[in-house]
Amino acid sequence: MEKTVNQKAWFLILPVLLLVAFSAVIPLMTVVNYSVQDTFGKNQFFWAGLEWFEEMLRSERMWDALGRQLMFSAIILVIQVPLGVFIALNMPKSGIWSSFCLVMMSLPLLIPWNVVGTIWQIFGRVDIGLLGYTLDALGISYNYTQNTFAAWVTIIVMDVWHWTSLVALLAFAGLKSIPDAYYQAAKIDQASRWAIFRYIELPKMMGVLMIAILLRFMDSFMIYTEPFVVTGGGPGNATTLLSIDLVKMALGQFDLGPAAAFSIMYYLVILLISYVFYTVMTNLDKKGG
Amino acid sequence: MSDATANSNPVIAAAPANRIKIKGSVIVMTLYLLFLMLPIYWLLNMSLKTSTEVLNEFTLWPRNLTFDNYIKILTDRSWYSGYINSIIYVVMNTVISLTVALPAAYAFSRYHFMGDKHLFFWLLTNRMAPPAVFALPFFQLYSSVGLFDKHIAVALAHCLFNVPLAVWILEGFMRGVPKEIDETAYIDGYSFGRFFVKIFMPLIASGIGVTAFFCFMFSWVELLLTRTLTSVDAKPISAIMTRTQGAAGIDWGVLAAAGVLTIIPGALVIYFVRNYIAKGFALGRV
Repeated sequence: MEKTVNQKAWFLILPVLLLVAFSAVIPLMTVVNYSVQDTFGKNQFFWAGLEWFEEMLRSERMWDALGRQLMFSAIILVIQVPLGVFIALNMPKSGIWSSFCLVMMSLPLLIPWNVVGTIWQIFGRVDIGLLGYTLDALGISYNYTQNTFAAWVTIIVMDVWHWTSLVALLAFAGLKSIPDAYYQAAKIDQASRWAIFRYIELPKMMGVLMIAILLRFMDSFMIYTEPFVVTGGGPGNATTLLSIDLVKMALGQFDLGPAAAFSIMYYLVILLISYVFYTVMTNLDKKGG
Repeated sequence: MSDATANSNPVIAAAPANRIKIKGSVIVMTLYLLFLMLPIYWLLNMSLKTSTEVLNEFTLWPRNLTFDNYIKILTDRSWYSGYINSIIYVVMNTVISLTVALPAAYAFSRYHFMGDKHLFFWLLTNRMAPPAVFALPFFQLYSSVGLFDKHIAVALAHCLFNVPLAVWILEGFMRGVPKEIDETAYIDGYSFGRFFVKIFMPLIASGIGVTAFFCFMFSWVELLLTRTLTSVDAKPISAIMTRTQGAAGIDWGVLAAAGVLTIIPGALVIYFVRNYIAKGFALGRV
């Protein structure tokens, strides 16, 4: 749509601007403030420059948390994206079954995150959970509170359970926008199922799939509640992802300086990914998607 | 694939191939939906058992069906007040988000103005901001203005991500409305306010509904900020649930029942928004 230039539109933006400035800019400035200062307590602060940043960059604790975080995000992307596309290809296209699948698949997306944690905490317990009990009965040693591998499997399966449907629903929306004529042309050419997927469905889905991948990366990168409820970051620090570590540092130990420096670096990463996301979105808009 | 018939009569030729494909996909979908439903079923199962049955026997369905866990939650003030608190701040947040987002989304969808693209991007970064970064500063900010443990504090805190979300989703819906409608209305002598409320808002009613739903949902599922900003008076159900854990001797039945009750708001409206779920999560861009 052609937009006209109108500076008065600023007045319409103003409420949003004030509100978001209050709940985003002020807190962020607090964080910036803490990140360059040190304290002896009693609210006496003095300038510390970039000390905290240097300390955080040398801190093994942060790099370990970042490593775990990247591993977590990578694993869930590798599982969720292909699985989501695969599910989308198998979803009924129309009719009551399509509605049924949509409703069932959306359900995990709308469950409060701590309840997602609770569900899997119960489901995975060896004594009362279906999953834990079954695995135990099969002779597989599985205890997510003590075994690192079991804890990782649990939070990954939980995330797959929670979010794969989102990838599937987005991919499904992309698939539905492909006109029938494409499939008819493929049929005339006697294209194989793989060729149809590779040369028609995948390119047409690419835009929404990019959104799905970025959303999943972003949300998994700042995941807190679900693993916190299930494992509390343990055993040891095995599942302490970035957000969990940050909250531990800021609200648990009240290490304001390091936590603030940590926050800012964390935020910069998010900013970078947001920019990629924004570029993808606006390109999609231009194509009329 | 059938051979020469494919060209002359594609419909008939396609039929057998289709049948086989559908069978495969039915199996895939059944397995996937089973995977999704089993943990939820297990939660429901737990919530309907007595605590002795939970701890002493392993049963696939409740042998002594009981609603005691639900009755406990609905009659014990320390439990049900959590639901009331949650609903209060979620509704507040939804109303605030929609009120400020509607005019802003209109401006973004209709006009170019100085810094519009930067602003739009800045809003997005707030939707993506990690709550963990904001937990501590929010705690200090709302404590210092005397809003700690008030519902409005949580409602305002959630505006951090819900207002950008609302602006983006609404903008996606508004751009679908042809601009000629605005122009005709102005020629007919409508003021901006009257045009917006009387003509424009009814046109995007479904968009407003979807946006309200998503604001409600994202505020409802969030835990970290609400837990940080509340202690007693405005404590949400999610915080009550996590605090029960960790204490010795968790009452799993009650915990499961509380979980089931938090799923209900989503489950109630899910049918009506089923076609918009993808759109909402993708900020109105699908």
